[in-house]
Amino acid sequence: MVIVWQAFQNPCMTRDAALLLPSTEPVTLIDPDGHPVPHVGHDLPDPQALVGAYAALISARRFNDQANALVRQGRLAVYPSSHGQEACQVTCVQVLDDGDWLFPTYRDSAAIVARGVDPVQALTLLRGDWHSGYDPHATRVAPQATPLATHLLHAVGVAHAARLRGEPTVVMALCGDGATSEGDFHEALNFAAVFRTPVIFFIQNNEYAISVPLARQTAAPSLAHKGIGYGVPGERVDGNDVAALLTVLGAAVARARAGEGPQLVEAHTYRVQAHTNADDPGRYRSADEVTPWLARDPILRLETHLRGRGLLDDQTSSGYAEQADQLAARMRAGLGEDTPSDYRDLFAHVYAEPTPQLREQQALVADELSREEAR
Amino acid sequence: MMPAEKLTMAAALNRAMRDALRADPAVVVFGEDVGPLGGVFRVTDGLTAEFGDQRCFDTPLAESGILGMAIGMAMNGMRPVVEMQFDAFAYPAFEQLVSHAAKMRNRTRGRLEVPLVIRVPYAGGIGGVEHHCDSSEAYYAHTPGLHVVAPSDPADAYGLLRKAIESADPVVFLEPKKLYFSKAEADLTAPVPPIGKAVIRRPGTDATLIAYGPAVPIALEAAEAAAQEGRSLQVVDLRSIVPFDDETVCAAVRSTGRAVVVAEAAGFASVSSEVVARVTERCFHSLHAPIRRVTGFDIPYPPPKLEHVHLPSVDRILDTVDELQWEYA
Ligand SMILES: Cc1ncc(C[n+]2csc(CCOP(=O)(O)OP(=O)(O)O)c2C)c(N)n1
Ligand SMILES: [Mg+2]
Repeated sequence: MVIVWQAFQNPCMTRDAALLLPSTEPVTLIDPDGHPVPHVGHDLPDPQALVGAYAALISARRFNDQANALVRQGRLAVYPSSHGQEACQVTCVQVLDDGDWLFPTYRDSAAIVARGVDPVQALTLLRGDWHSGYDPHATRVAPQATPLATHLLHAVGVAHAARLRGEPTVVMALCGDGATSEGDFHEALNFAAVFRTPVIFFIQNNEYAISVPLARQTAAPSLAHKGIGYGVPGERVDGNDVAALLTVLGAAVARARAGEGPQLVEAHTYRVQAHTNADDPGRYRSADEVTPWLARDPILRLETHLRGRGLLDDQTSSGYAEQADQLAARMRAGLGEDTPSDYRDLFAHVYAEPTPQLREQQALVADELSREEAR
Repeated sequence: MMPAEKLTMAAALNRAMRDALRADPAVVVFGEDVGPLGGVFRVTDGLTAEFGDQRCFDTPLAESGILGMAIGMAMNGMRPVVEMQFDAFAYPAFEQLVSHAAKMRNRTRGRLEVPLVIRVPYAGGIGGVEHHCDSSEAYYAHTPGLHVVAPSDPADAYGLLRKAIESADPVVFLEPKKLYFSKAEADLTAPVPPIGKAVIRRPGTDATLIAYGPAVPIALEAAEAAAQEGRSLQVVDLRSIVPFDDETVCAAVRSTGRAVVVAEAAGFASVSSEVVARVTERCFHSLHAPIRRVTGFDIPYPPPKLEHVHLPSVDRILDTVDELQWEYA
C-alpha cells in the first residue's frame, strides 16, 4: 500500500479561531414544550427521520426500564442507566451508515441496541457472562469501554486506518463529561485533528461523573470549547432535543465523510437516575435538582411536537410501544434464565494459541471438576 | 486505652485517615468521588464534612493528574493520601508512579522526598465486571523505590495505613475489596508491627501457608479445614510485600520444612514467584518438598460468573498441601 502523506496534511486548516468555537448556547430546534425553535444554520430534520427517532426513543426508554428491573431481580450484575439521555443514545446511531463504527462506553447499551445489536448480547458484560457479547466486526460496534476515554484513541485509529484503506468510514466515539479530564481524551482530539481523521467525538454531558459535578471537571466555558486548542471545531447541542441532535450530528458526520476532519459535539443532558444501581445519589445531590430535568424529558418533547404536526397518532404510537414490548420480552426471555458458563473460555482466548502453561492450568481445573463429579 | 471494638476494614481505614488528618496538618486526602460521596466504597466517608474541602477533596477525573499533583505537593511539604478508584483505573497514573514517585529520592540523592500514599482498592471476589478486580501488586513490587503493603484485617488496615502515611517513602496501599465490609474485633490503639514485617497468623507444625491481603482469610480457612483432618498448618501474613521480611518468612518455613504460597494474582512473574525464589534460596536444606503455589491463573481476570474457577480455594490449597511429598517425612 502506498501512503501519500500529502493526503493527510491540512490544506484547509483554518487559522480562523472563531470557526472552531461552539455557539454560546446549545443548539435547540424543538423546545421543551414541543415548539420548533428557528435556528440560523440548522433546519429541522425531515419528518421521517423524526418519526424514526421517536420509535427508537420509545424502545430505548423501555430498554432502560427493563434493564433496571433485571438488576433488581439479580439478572444483571450492574446497570448504568441512560434514562433521560435516550435522545443522545438513538441519534448518534441514526446518523451513521452501516459501514460506520460506534465506540460506546458502559453507559451506552441503549445506543448499541439502537444500532441493531441483540439486546441480550449487548448486556453480556453487565450480566457478568463475559466481557463483551457481540461481534464488533459484524456490528461495527467496538466493545464497551470502561477505562474512561481510552477507547477514543482506538476510534481515531479505526478512522485513520479506514482512510489509509480508502474506506468511506466515519467513527462515532462516545464519552461522558468526566472522561474529558483524562489525558487520553486530549491525545485523541489532537491525533484526530493532526491526521484529519473522520471521527465525531460525542460527549454526553450529563452533569455528573458519579458524584462529581461538572464544575470540578472543567473551568472552560463549555466542553465543546476544548476543541479549539486542537484545531477541532466544537458544537453544543441540547441533549434532550432529538431534532437538534440529528441535525448537528448529521452535519458532523457529513463533514467528516467529506474529508474535512473530526468534530467535537457536546450534548447537554442530565443523568436522571443513579450512576449505577450501586450508587446513592442522595449523598451528593438533591431531588430538587433532578425535578426540572424531568420536564425536559426527550420523549415528552418529541411526542408533543410530532402530535402537533400530525406526524404521530395513537395508532402509530401504540405500534411503537408494541415494538418496545417485544424488545423487553426478548430481554426477559434471554436474561431471565442462567446460561451455562464454560471454564474453558477462560483459557481459550488469551492468545491466538494457548501457551503450554495455559493448557496445564486448564487441565488442572478439568481434573478438579471431574473429581468433584465423582464425589 | 480504648477497648477492642468490632468494625469493618472500610471503617478502620476511614479512622486511620481521620486520625492522620487530625494529627498532622500536612496530610491531605484527594481523588475521584472521595469528597461528599465518601468514595465508592465509603472509605473516605465524612472526611470532607469534618475537615473541609481543602483537606479532603474531589479532583478532576484523571489519575495521572491526581498522582502527579500529589508528587508536587509532597515535594512541597505535604503528605498526600490519594485514592485510585479501582485497581485497573490506577494504570493511567503508572508513568507518574514509576518514573517519578518511585525515583525522586534516588534521582536527587535524597534531597527530594515524596512521602505519599496511593490507596488502591484491589483484587476480586466481589463479582465485579472487567477492570474492577485486577491484582496489580507485581507491577508495583517490581518497581524499586515503592513500598507495597496489603492488610488482611481491620486492625492491621488501621495500623498499616497510619504507618504508610508517616512513611518517608511512597507507599502503594492495596486494600482487598472483598474484605472491606467483613467485621472483626480490633483495638486500634494497640501498636502493629512496622511496614516490612510479616506476622504469623496461625501457629502450625506440618507446613507453612504464606499469603497476603485477600488470600489470608482463605489460607486461614484452609488451615482450619486441615486441622480437622489432623494436619497442622502455619499461616504467615506478609502484610508488607516491599520491603520483604525474609527473616520471619524463612524462620517459619524452616520450622515446618514445607510451604505453599497462596495469592490471587496470576502466578507467572509474580509476587508469589518471588516468594518461592527467595525462600528456596535461603531454606533449601530445610525443605522436604519444593515450595508450591496456589495462585490465580495466567489469564485476564474472569467475568463474574467464572471468577470462582480462578480464585484460590480451600480445596485447591488442601490438594496442593497433599502433594508436598509427605512420604519423605
Ligand atoms: C480510567 C478510569 N478511572 C475511573 C473510572 C471509574 N469510573 C467509572 S464511571 C466514572 C464516572 C464517569 O463519568 P462521565 O465520564 O461523566 O460518564 P457518565 O458515567 O456520567 O456517563 C468513573 C470515575 C474508570 N472507569 N476509568
Ligand atoms: Mg457524566
